[in-house]
Amino acid sequence: VSPDPVRFVDERLNAARPLRKALRYVFPEHWSFLLGEMALYAFVVLIATGVFLALFFDPSTSQMTWHGPYAPLDGAIVSRAYGSALDLSYTVPGGLLMRQTHHWAALLFVVAITLHLLRVVFTGAFRKPRELTYLVGATLLTLAVVEGYAGYSLLDDLLSGMGLAIGYSTALSLPLVGGALGALLWDGPFPGGPAFESRLFIAHVFILPGAMAALIGAHLWLVVCARHAQFRGPGRREDNVVGAPLWPAYMLRSLGWLFAVAAMLVLLGGLVQINPIWQWGPYEPWVGENGAQPDWYLGWLIGALRLMPNWELRAFGHTLIPNPFFGGVLFPGLVFGFLFGLPAIDRVLFTRDRAPHHLLDRARDNPRRTGVLAAMLVWVVLVFFFGSADRVFLSLSIPYELQLWLARALAFVAPALAYVLTRRWCLALRRRDVHPLRAVDAQLVHPPRPIAREDHAGEA
Amino acid sequence: MSALLWRLLGLFGIVRGVVRAMHEPAADEVDDDGIDPRRRELPSSRGAERALTGLLALAGLGFAAFSVLIASDADPRLLGGVLGAALAALSAALIVAGLRIVPQEVAVEDRPALGDADAREEAVDELRRGTEGVSRRGLIAGAAGLAGSGLAAAAVLPITALGPGPRALDDSPWRAGVALVDEDGDPVTADALEIGSFLTAFPKGADRRELGSPVVVLRVDPRTLRLPAGRRTWAPEGILAYSKICTHAGCAVSLFRHPLDEDTSGPPALVCPCHYSTFDVRRAAQVTLGPAGRALPQLPLRIQADRRLAAGGPLSGSVGPAWWGTERS
Repeated sequence: VSPDPVRFVDERLNAARPLRKALRYVFPEHWSFLLGEMALYAFVVLIATGVFLALFFDPSTSQMTWHGPYAPLDGAIVSRAYGSALDLSYTVPGGLLMRQTHHWAALLFVVAITLHLLRVVFTGAFRKPRELTYLVGATLLTLAVVEGYAGYSLLDDLLSGMGLAIGYSTALSLPLVGGALGALLWDGPFPGGPAFESRLFIAHVFILPGAMAALIGAHLWLVVCARHAQFRGPGRREDNVVGAPLWPAYMLRSLGWLFAVAAMLVLLGGLVQINPIWQWGPYEPWVGENGAQPDWYLGWLIGALRLMPNWELRAFGHTLIPNPFFGGVLFPGLVFGFLFGLPAIDRVLFTRDRAPHHLLDRARDNPRRTGVLAAMLVWVVLVFFFGSADRVFLSLSIPYELQLWLARALAFVAPALAYVLTRRWCLALRRRDVHPLRAVDAQLVHPPRPIAREDHAGEA
Repeated sequence: MSALLWRLLGLFGIVRGVVRAMHEPAADEVDDDGIDPRRRELPSSRGAERALTGLLALAGLGFAAFSVLIASDADPRLLGGVLGAALAALSAALIVAGLRIVPQEVAVEDRPALGDADAREEAVDELRRGTEGVSRRGLIAGAAGLAGSGLAAAAVLPITALGPGPRALDDSPWRAGVALVDEDGDPVTADALEIGSFLTAFPKGADRRELGSPVVVLRVDPRTLRLPAGRRTWAPEGILAYSKICTHAGCAVSLFRHPLDEDTSGPPALVCPCHYSTFDVRRAAQVTLGPAGRALPQLPLRIQADRRLAAGGPLSGSVGPAWWGTERS
């Protein structure tokens, strides 16, 4: 056995040179660069807690009689999926902690990706040479949303069944192929054949996380290829990177951030209840519950489904476009289409520029891009908040119908307004950059004249 | 004494010189604007090292406590609190180490140039040389495309085995004469319902989980009914039945809004809790609010001699969410 691990590895993998390069990899320092790391570390927590959960969860809809310490459901006939999730919550040591931490981590994962995405789009970080990094990241966001939906749909409690019914209807709403697709995915008409639950399980624990892990690897590798982008500052140029080297300070701080994220999630998982499946009870297709809300990252879709007028396109004895298509397919299609097209849209409409960029823009540097992004953001956020109109009605007594018509009007007005205001704001900030004193209310003081030199000149 | 002082001062001067030399950028490294941000500091202090030791020990104790607690099946709140605190202590330790113990450095790395025209040309040449001497390229490429498409189809089409075709998506077990049973399987009688009440019923002997099965049964004042002409006999004594599955997104229409004062609250309506599609029960469940594109299918009812309810015929239209094959109902 070699006493020297570096020598051991180097003599087998020729790793000393890459190791030294990795230790000197430079990370530019800015708080917003921690958002991507937060997403990565939430993913680590998801894998760790998810492996634990998978050891106990039974993805089957066959029936069982559940016995456990929760009296209202003791002796109830439930699916094995729901029953094993109850066991995880009530009898497996640490099971509830793991389940709740997993759910909180899923919520934070999508929060972190979304904030990271906002940082990237508003600073123009998606431009050449980072288009691929960006597209991989946008794909990861898409997969994260699907993965989260698959996860909370597994439990076969009332909430997951209602969510699946909406997902099934959205699949059915695809023109021409929807019916076949729904029957295919669900192994028959809703609530689905016996294979559906295990398909969902395999998607949630194997196919999607595997794809995401591979894409995260690709994302990081692409980042390293071009090195980190950086904000402008003293000594920072297009052809260099200024910041902390990986070893040792940055690595320690980043690991500290990993455990900070993990600590926050475990504390939430232990102390703050989330998705209490026993309160809702098992799902049956004829049972519904008022006040049901999806996980936050699907709020914009429930908002869009609720906001849409009851239009359906029917002709020739067919329903060409069923209603859920608009809110469940077209709306997210537009938003994700915009996201995936952003590098091209930006190049054609905003910058007309094919040069590589490593120095990041501030939002004000490209007022039209920032304006369009703000408009898009306002549009999605508005629809998102309309998704909670029923809760608003309950807590603030604003009539649902009034909110509905208000939101429908604002869906057109607010983005336009956001574009105009944001663009003007950016232009004003830019003017202040050019003439820093214009906005300052102060007296102008002239510097003292260089008297000494004139005296000298007088003497000569 | 003064000699020692001089020596110390001299040592200090040397150290300062060395440190300055370390920090002084070489002439060729200075940026155009004359700024070189690189620097290196050694911040470690006894206080910081003591704090790090304490935090690491705390984390170790916390993890040990968690291991003991989980073996003794403790309350999840205690487990989460202890594990979270241990992780937080470890996090704090690493951040203290990263900011106050190890060398703090700002480094400048040259960005690798992406893309090398010469290497690219060589690579393309290498690719080209691979097809040297091949004459019928177009034909071969076409045949290869055919093989590739065939392979892709053979790889993808087996997914059609995943499920049946979309033929039975909105079938329903309701036929004329099928008896209505409640959630316990007992027959539903006409006298079980008062005005303003509703219950869920299923076709006797059928699979309840089928979307075509569950119906909402409710009673309204027969004088207020506004059913279409062909459905006059469908609601004996004002008892109505509608499919319980929303025609919008397939949720259970589980809310029944029966107003005490119709002048202020609107007519009695079934409401879906998912997207608040609202169906006017007197007008054959026409949509009055929300995104549903079709009325709920109505089940014609019949009161038998023993007052039990039975279906007078099939449902009036396609059950549940619409798809390509759904006709107007």
